[in-house]
Amino acid sequence: MKVKERSGIDPAIQAYIDARLEEAKGDRRENRVTMVVFSGDLDRQLASLVIATGAAAMGMDVSVFYTFWGLGALKKRRRLKGKTLKEKMFALMTPRKLSSMPVSKLNFGGVGRVLLKSMMNDKQVTSIDELFSMAREMGIKFVACTMSMDVMGITQEELMDGVTLGGVATFLGDAACSRVSLFI
Amino acid sequence: MSEAKVLDARGLKCPMPIIRAKKEIDSIQPDQTLKVIATDPGSVADFQGWVKTNASYELIKQEEGTDEQGRRTFIHYLRKR
Repeated sequence: MKVKERSGIDPAIQAYIDARLEEAKGDRRENRVTMVVFSGDLDRQLASLVIATGAAAMGMDVSVFYTFWGLGALKKRRRLKGKTLKEKMFALMTPRKLSSMPVSKLNFGGVGRVLLKSMMNDKQVTSIDELFSMAREMGIKFVACTMSMDVMGITQEELMDGVTLGGVATFLGDAACSRVSLFI
Repeated sequence: MSEAKVLDARGLKCPMPIIRAKKEIDSIQPDQTLKVIATDPGSVADFQGWVKTNASYELIKQEEGTDEQGRRTFIHYLRKR
């Protein structure tokens, strides 16, 4: 082995280190969690809120995208005026708010939901509505998917205040800078 | 060990202990310690995970005990850096 190689860093290794350093500079990941909430099931919504509030408590930035059935979580009221017939039917067949969503298993026409809520209450687990308002207080970013809103005929007046409207690029923009991304 | 604040998180279920702890730790000064008393056995791993993602807090110690009502308690000492 040549003396020259032993005394300094191998140029190949140096080049590799430099390349990795450049790569690391380009890494735009933040301490962020991004979630897509697609499901309109109460239990899944609960899981997403536990993760979202937990992440916020850990000092992480959180973005939650609500799309399709998940959008129901952001509804503050049901407004039929100005909707087409199909949209009215849809509005009447979907839950009017987060806490009236069905559970994904053993719902039995709403009996399962009541049972689950009462069991949560017995065990002193924070209710879904409380978790939701806590999530808002903690500065979690809520985004409503405009395409689903359009399809389902949900207007912005029906959604809570402070909800951002966005699309796939809003989600991907946040997800690309996130350490954790989930689809629920 | 003297704590700047003590958080009674007994009876609270996931994710409440860490949410309350976050609120409390935000109100103390660097180098001060927050003591959290919880009854949720999951809180032991939760606080370990909590400090893993956040370099501004340090988990100094975790203890197990029993409170005056005979409940199993999990005590966590967190220091703000």
